[in-house]
Amino acid sequence: MRIRNLYLITVLLLPLTLLQPHGVGAASGAGNPSVGGPAAPLDSNGASAVSGTVKMVGQAPKLASINMAQEPACAKMHGTQMTSGEVVTGADGTLGNVIVYVSSGLGDRAFGPPSQPAIIDQKGCVYSPHIIALQANQKLEVVNSDQTSHNIHPLPVNNREWNKSQPPGMPPIEATFAREEIAIPVKCNVHPWMKSYIAVFKHPYFAVTGKDGGFELRNLPPGTYTITAWHEKFGATEQKITIGANEAKKLDFVLKARSY
Amino acid sequence: MITPRNTLVAGACLVLSVFSLTVGFSQESQIGSLNGNAAHGKQLYRRYCAGCHGDEGNGEGENARHLDPRPRDFTAAVFKCRSTPTGSLPLDSDLYSTLERGVHASAMPSWYPLTRQERVDLIAYIKNFSQRFREEKPQPPLPIPAEPPASSESISHGKQLFQKMECWKCHGADGHGNGPSAVTLMDSKNRPIAPYDFTSGERFKCGESNQDLYRIFMTGLDGTPMPSFMEDLKPEEAWDLVHYLRTLQKKPEGQSRQGIARIIPGKGPAKPASPQVTAEQQSIASKNH
Repeated sequence: MRIRNLYLITVLLLPLTLLQPHGVGAASGAGNPSVGGPAAPLDSNGASAVSGTVKMVGQAPKLASINMAQEPACAKMHGTQMTSGEVVTGADGTLGNVIVYVSSGLGDRAFGPPSQPAIIDQKGCVYSPHIIALQANQKLEVVNSDQTSHNIHPLPVNNREWNKSQPPGMPPIEATFAREEIAIPVKCNVHPWMKSYIAVFKHPYFAVTGKDGGFELRNLPPGTYTITAWHEKFGATEQKITIGANEAKKLDFVLKARSY
Repeated sequence: MITPRNTLVAGACLVLSVFSLTVGFSQESQIGSLNGNAAHGKQLYRRYCAGCHGDEGNGEGENARHLDPRPRDFTAAVFKCRSTPTGSLPLDSDLYSTLERGVHASAMPSWYPLTRQERVDLIAYIKNFSQRFREEKPQPPLPIPAEPPASSESISHGKQLFQKMECWKCHGADGHGNGPSAVTLMDSKNRPIAPYDFTSGERFKCGESNQDLYRIFMTGLDGTPMPSFMEDLKPEEAWDLVHYLRTLQKKPEGQSRQGIARIIPGKGPAKPASPQVTAEQQSIASKNH
């Protein structure tokens, strides 16, 4: 009798499990637009900051050479040996094109996008800068300074994929990305060597290193943060740091070179 | 053994099951006066679609690895054939058209043999594979103004635009699909993809009419290297380009272009042929919208 009751209960409950929404998971926080509220008041006077240097250890991989023969006007702008720009190093192994950002610790503060646009230029059939970082819903302007057509084709996971042609002389293409995503690969299908990344943040605490590997995250509210350094080929590494009001701290990162 | 108690239990189960079938899906679909039933769509999907598109809708069904192009991954909600701008979700009617028409030069057949209601049900179910359909609304469809008559002027202006927009970089100077960038093209899943060869006599993937052609280059084919030219071409220029592109197409006379197996050099065995869709079916299909 007990067993039969158990059976009946199971049969009765089974349809209930089917009641759950079907599909690829319910809407998650990561999927929601990340901007909306006004910027949280920052309880520092702007002096709190984290700065440092990113270095690479190990043997830098040999960069692929680029053949721009199909675009003579672009090829002319680069001299004889053009290589892909993924790994940019300076003296003492300092590493460029690294995105350094606050990956946790800001709580549920919301930050509105800045009014000035982030600009990416297509010049000599390469993207300049190679890595661009901006805030969710901040305007991105894509400029074509070349005398050839490009198509701009971001391939996001959490944002919308789009693909627009931009013949020479056309006004900048304007776009926004609604959700945080680090980082969205961008390509030009006409010119297969053209690759770039767009990193989208829901806060303003990010920086992209230059050749000297240097970065600075300014105006951080006092708190404990996880800071992540991300490189498109060498992956990511993170460290925790606590900063007080008006405190400036140093934080250096090391990324291991690996072939790809 | 039928006892009153068993009957009661069975009845309760039935009620709950029916309830779960009707409210278990957050997405619906609508074509004209027909509303899609995702639960019924799921049954159809399991029977007709999952073999290629996969139970999870990720395009990884058991037949998928044999197919080129590969089946659509519904979880990404990126679709080639849309009436909406690049980056936008498609309208229900866009998905419906693809189901009805099939995708030429792929393994995707026309699902015209299903009833209209069944196709609408399938769309309701397919939309549940991506949360994008829950979070976003499709943008308004791109308006397509009336087509001006083709003339030698419009054709020659279209030819200039073919140069200026650099269509030839992929599609080739004479539309053979052999432009300098053609061999390097990859789709968004990083798989090789060939630009359309206008001289092949093949159907377009997203419809046959001049309006369809206009729509293809204005919306772009999302998930492929084909970009949107919406911000670069004025409507009258787009029509000029349509008129020129038609001159590149050599349609073999008196020969069916459907159902012929093709051997692609360097690509292995012939692609599976699409099933026959008669002109009559197509005309009925367009009336059904």
